[in-house]
Amino acid sequence: MSALTREETQALIQEVLEVYPEKAKKDRAKHLAVNDQSVEQSKKCITSNRKSLPGVMTVRGCAYAGSKGVVWGPIKDMIHISHGPVGCGAYSRAGRRNYYVGHTGVNTFGTMNFTSDFQEKDIVFGGDKKLDKLISEIEGLFPLSKGISIQSECPIGLIGDDIEAVAKKKSKELDKPIVPVRCEGFRGVSQSLGHHIANDAIRDWVIGNRDGDESFQVGPYDVAVIGDYNIGGDAWSSRILLEEMGLRVVAQWSGDGTLSEMELTPKVKLNLIHCYRSMNYISRHMEEKYGVPWMEYNFFGPTKIAESLRKIAAFFDETIQANAETVIAKYTAEYEAIIAKYRPRLEGKRVMLYVGGLRPRHVIGAYEDLGMEVVGTGYEFAHNDDYDRTIKEMGNATLLYDDITGYEFEEFVKKVKPDLIGSGIKEKYIFQKMGIPFRQMHSWDYSGPYHGYDGFAIFARDMDMTINNPCWKQMQAPWQQSAEQEAAPLAASA
Amino acid sequence: MPNVMIRKNDAGDLLFYVAKKDMEETIASVELDDAEQWGGAVELTDGSRWYIDPISPPPAFPTTLRFKRGDE
Repeated sequence: MSALTREETQALIQEVLEVYPEKAKKDRAKHLAVNDQSVEQSKKCITSNRKSLPGVMTVRGCAYAGSKGVVWGPIKDMIHISHGPVGCGAYSRAGRRNYYVGHTGVNTFGTMNFTSDFQEKDIVFGGDKKLDKLISEIEGLFPLSKGISIQSECPIGLIGDDIEAVAKKKSKELDKPIVPVRCEGFRGVSQSLGHHIANDAIRDWVIGNRDGDESFQVGPYDVAVIGDYNIGGDAWSSRILLEEMGLRVVAQWSGDGTLSEMELTPKVKLNLIHCYRSMNYISRHMEEKYGVPWMEYNFFGPTKIAESLRKIAAFFDETIQANAETVIAKYTAEYEAIIAKYRPRLEGKRVMLYVGGLRPRHVIGAYEDLGMEVVGTGYEFAHNDDYDRTIKEMGNATLLYDDITGYEFEEFVKKVKPDLIGSGIKEKYIFQKMGIPFRQMHSWDYSGPYHGYDGFAIFARDMDMTINNPCWKQMQAPWQQSAEQEAAPLAASA
Repeated sequence: MPNVMIRKNDAGDLLFYVAKKDMEETIASVELDDAEQWGGAVELTDGSRWYIDPISPPPAFPTTLRFKRGDE
């Protein structure tokens, strides 16, 4: 099927909206748009970061998910207490595949779940005493933890527990940073506010810890990698490129990151942010307070990697710039071989994406390197500035959808008929049962890394093995197939 | 009177960022912008107008300042 024209896409949106009641239709219409590269400001064509409509199926998470799962969770040498009922912590444990090195349970705690397991009596009488006891127990059992964060779940805000007071008291007692985070799930419209709250907690409780301490030897090429969550090892495959360029990576927030790395970040020369949506707040703060500039980069696919490496190098002197060219040249043969191998198998395939807050625009370049075309993209919890950046990346007359509902996504897919969908686990089985190849783009479908040149090889292989998997030809029962279809596989195998 | 963070973008334009409102706009014009003071009426590219009492000497960007709505 050829690409849809602007009118056809608009008609498609209208058709999908048709089933909604009047009020819901009016609201949802603002979140669906046809991309127009000439638009400078996304707020003129799409509304984002608004409350989801009751009654529609959204895949958004909550503020707790944004803070515990995304920003704080991957800080591996701290213990993150899911303060409240047991479920939030249990269901968010270790599903994100942010890898780390260390001995779990000894000096790192990434895949463990710590919770205060609220019962009725804690709701009625308050949970502060329990929290106090829990922190003492943690200290007894895991003395090598570098700090503790208290991630509030909904009841904490509802009953008005004073976790800050407990944190201050215990912090003094144990001589360790204890960070209370007010990320109750009901705050905000999606996990996005949780990112912001978590960033503010880092600003208030972590960033200033080493002000005035000059014992850290600063170098001229210090950088910090911020917002690379090391999904399947992403941060490692990014880090080697930066190190080959001659830069010194002082901190890795927050994939395989540590508390002391975070504390040292204000001393670097440049902050590199991969996930703008979840980490721009702290970068802005460091720019204002410490004068550390920040820039966004994108390590998906060779085109964007080369672009980003050059952009990063431009901040430094000629040695680094020359090194950047050497690094790009070094990997050229490698990625050209990958493109030569997979491009013929993937050329012209059409992709629809719907992921969190960054990948819907970052992976477009990687798909284009493989000759694939992204025909629809959207975010769960992006804001206007994300769409500003997306509009330029996407082709004209492609679909943009914000906080898409289950129904809309299915209808769009039925009409647009993409060759591949990249989205989350909640969408995966619906679309696979509809017979459409699917990749889980939150945790790379148990694969990865996808960042960097090494990651691109895995990305290309994964896309190929998903799209060209023979199972998609077996979707119809043999007795329902027509005579021609039956003849085709025989001819192919002959 | 929102708190506004003013910073320069790559092109050298001033950006007007209000974290609470999730709004980031480019500043189109500033009434007073010379070696002695900075401020007065500020117009953004989206047409909205804001006001800040002139600051002397001009602040170093990025910085956070309190602005008033210009149409008040």
